[in-house]
Amino acid sequence: MKLEEFATGSSFIHHLDPRGKVVAAACFSGLVSLTQSLYAALAALALPVMLVALARLDFKRLMTRLAVVNGFILFTWFFIPFTFPGEVIYSIGPLDIHREGVLYACLLTVKSNAIILALIALLGTSPVLDVVHALSHLGVPDKLVHLFFFCFRYLHTIREEYHKLSEALKVRSFRPGTNLHTYRTYAYLVGMLLVRSFHRSQRILEALKCRGFSGRFYILHHYQMKRRDYLFTSCGLVLPCLLVVFLA
Amino acid sequence: MHISEGVLAAPVLLAGAALGLAGTAAGLKKLDYDRIPQVALLAAASFVASFIHVPIGPASVHLVLNGILGVMLGWVAFPAILISLFLQAIMFQFGGLTVLGVTTCNLALPAVLGYYAFGPGIRSSKPRVSAICSFSCGFVAVLLSSLAVAGCLVLTGDSFWAGAKMIVMAHIPVMFIEGFITLGCVRFLKKVKPEMLEVVYGRR
Repeated sequence: MKLEEFATGSSFIHHLDPRGKVVAAACFSGLVSLTQSLYAALAALALPVMLVALARLDFKRLMTRLAVVNGFILFTWFFIPFTFPGEVIYSIGPLDIHREGVLYACLLTVKSNAIILALIALLGTSPVLDVVHALSHLGVPDKLVHLFFFCFRYLHTIREEYHKLSEALKVRSFRPGTNLHTYRTYAYLVGMLLVRSFHRSQRILEALKCRGFSGRFYILHHYQMKRRDYLFTSCGLVLPCLLVVFLA
Repeated sequence: MHISEGVLAAPVLLAGAALGLAGTAAGLKKLDYDRIPQVALLAAASFVASFIHVPIGPASVHLVLNGILGVMLGWVAFPAILISLFLQAIMFQFGGLTVLGVTTCNLALPAVLGYYAFGPGIRSSKPRVSAICSFSCGFVAVLLSSLAVAGCLVLTGDSFWAGAKMIVMAHIPVMFIEGFITLGCVRFLKKVKPEMLEVVYGRR
């Protein structure tokens, strides 16, 4: 599990204001998920492809990521071409492949990949804490932002706890299999993780209280929207709208 | 349990977003500032635990754990599940921004239902009642979640019927595993840290 795989880089995309990127990503995902036209979806796919190229992301890792998240889309290809009503173009035994079904599956694939690429290019290229910081500027409730912050901050710590526990299992020659012993062991492992997270959270709360925490984080570093940020955000808002409206 | 971006129809997405927003608002209202680190770390723990692959026959499944989260968190399960889904969306692109509401509801509504239906039974001092309730809690949470995912797909279009059925069928073994894991987890917590099951994470 690699976190923030694409967040380091020196391209112009990496240096954009995360607030603008969040707004553009939300607008793009929303509009593309609404479109029902294959042409609009294909044209929309061009935008994130361009962004990914501009961000100079590692091609191999990008493709691996896409392959992993396309599992669900691959699954739809197993039934949509057969069940979507339309003109029959090919028959395999009792199953008929429908032209409209194939087109619909294509539409879903293109839409989904366009949005995934946009998320990688826009949100994946900022460190997670920057995105969370941007959310706090965009009117997301304080409590939710704090939850995000603590959750991400301690994700690594809890992962280490998990690794320690699973090493301990390995040392005791635990071999997972399909039996009750395995399930019980995993249940206790999960239970132990929860208990450790609970203990640690109490220590965090005590430490926060010692330092006079009153439910507010003071932000020292403020974002500054530069000209390129305004330009990028407005393009990010206008281009997908144009595409979806004119090609729909 | 993730539905990819771009698959669901607009009304389903909007309804999911509205429900998810309402549930999250309710959860945040019940969440005191003092409890934020606890809830956040519990969400992080369940995030890490959901990467554990449990073998079943030749295949393996990953844990969902929304049942046990629901029992511990009540309505606060909504924000807790929302943050872990959001983190997955920005870090791994599993799910995304538009399906966030739908997926949150699919996982968190069964969790909250489990809290009301099985919570009192799980906390009961009779071992048998507690065992039955905790198994059912894990089992039913996954059952309802997979039905919800199937429902979202079917509402999007009739051509998804076959896929929706496959999803529910594929989750049947997950339901049993989740039941056993929840059962073991509750037994463990009752021995080691019983106060964690007493809804310390949010106001009732």
